[in-house]
Amino acid sequence: MIAHAIFFYTFSIIAVVSAIMVTASKNTVHSVFFLILDFISISCLFIMIGAEFLGMIMLIVYVGAVAVLFLFVVMMLNVAQQKNQWFAGQSTSKHIPVGLIISTLIFFEIIIVIGGWKYKPEIFDINNSLANTSVSNTHSLGQILYTDYIHVFQISGMILLVAMIGAIVLTFRQRSGVKRQSYIKQISRERAEGVEVLEVQSNKGVKIDD
Amino acid sequence: MEYLSIVFQEVYKILFLLVPVLVSVAMIVWLDRRVWAFVQKRQGPNVVGPFGLLQSLADALKYIFKEIIIPSSSNKVIFILAPIVTMTLALIAWAVIPFSATQVLADINVGILYLFAVSSLGVYGIIMGGWASNSKYPFLGAIRSAAQMVSYEVSIGVIIINVLLCVGSLNLNDIVIAQQNMWFVIPLFPMFVIFFISALAETNRPPFDLPEAEAELVAGYQTEYSGMMYAMFWLGEYANILLMCAMGAILFLGGWMSPIDVYPFTLVPGAFWLILKILILFILFALVKAIVPRYRYDQLMRLGWKIFLPFSLIWVVLTASYLFYFNLLPVN
Repeated sequence: MIAHAIFFYTFSIIAVVSAIMVTASKNTVHSVFFLILDFISISCLFIMIGAEFLGMIMLIVYVGAVAVLFLFVVMMLNVAQQKNQWFAGQSTSKHIPVGLIISTLIFFEIIIVIGGWKYKPEIFDINNSLANTSVSNTHSLGQILYTDYIHVFQISGMILLVAMIGAIVLTFRQRSGVKRQSYIKQISRERAEGVEVLEVQSNKGVKIDD
Repeated sequence: MEYLSIVFQEVYKILFLLVPVLVSVAMIVWLDRRVWAFVQKRQGPNVVGPFGLLQSLADALKYIFKEIIIPSSSNKVIFILAPIVTMTLALIAWAVIPFSATQVLADINVGILYLFAVSSLGVYGIIMGGWASNSKYPFLGAIRSAAQMVSYEVSIGVIIINVLLCVGSLNLNDIVIAQQNMWFVIPLFPMFVIFFISALAETNRPPFDLPEAEAELVAGYQTEYSGMMYAMFWLGEYANILLMCAMGAILFLGGWMSPIDVYPFTLVPGAFWLILKILILFILFALVKAIVPRYRYDQLMRLGWKIFLPFSLIWVVLTASYLFYFNLLPVN
């Protein structure tokens, strides 16, 4: 039990400190690295409460894919930042009201969660959690997700699909005048149509069409 | 006192796993160069030790005594962290590889997801190294490899789903035992081929070694690295290749299972069969390196997103419908 507590506090301290560092650090790339550290320690916490599937999926999806794309974008931003300083110093910030609204919302959500803990302690009873059942976390998640919540699950999948198509449509643009390489055409070229032997008359030259 | 003995026992087990892995990484580098040389009718490294077996040790010694140069304009912390991350991630994944039904360091429920997660984290070492060097070629190499590894991870994930459909468990030992009657390479042969090619791309091996394409990017993300830090990148890369071979052996070739389930073969310890399968897969990796020319980058992306991903997705639907129709879905 002592070892459990030691690990819990280590991971949670790392998670909180790195979450603070995400907003506090000046370098945006460092922020993303702290965000990754935060994700990793939170997935460790997930594993500690017996939700090993969630922890691993967190690692795969957030750290392995989402954060890589974050890093990608932020590194590109950094390259641009060295040229024009628009990113670093804007004294009159318009983000503060929006940020205030969002942080108040999150604050009240946290109040609700902690209030639930206070007034309905049986929800957070360890005996009700998945950790004590004989079924593994993956199985129990699958059994709930694909039976009781199948519609919610499908709808969230649809929303993600629509978002993906929307992003593609927004960024897609047909450029004209660009020579495209057709894979099939390149492979299926025959000698007969690729090579032509011409009789060149002196001082006349040959007209090559492209 | 009791705690301490448990800790010592675990450390002993970990060392017993990691030291052979590191030694075999050194040997595998030698094997890679030998196979490559034989395909091209050369001798390869054959001077240091019998058959040149100690070549990698000599190389390692050379790297250790070289000076570590840290570029003055680099981001020093991340620059030093990058090879450590690569190396660590390549080694921690071996914790879940089962060498027999009982010989496994951590027999966790979600073994295959752990392997997948660790291999998808491997991209960070490369990105960190490329960015922290603060130089053009490493940065370009890092960006290339990030895009490449993320793309091919997707198809590897879908292939893993294919295997999981047939097994019904995420535990690596269960995956091996499910192949008792027939290795998954037979019913899922197209998936095995795609897995092999995706593994080549995931580990930045030729013909997909664009992150370090020496003709255009000097050495890609590791251009600014020298001495032991370069050696750690290099060790991590080969440990990752071995890991991918192990993953292929477990998912498709029956892991530690003996190829024929009859008396004299079942006496041989499972570790032997697993290592043999890993070696065979690795020799295939080395042969591919020697035979195939490097891919163009746009075609690499096209192969990953437009061919492998749809094909493996269709195969998931096929496998699922087949198993469902013939009532073969594993239920426990």
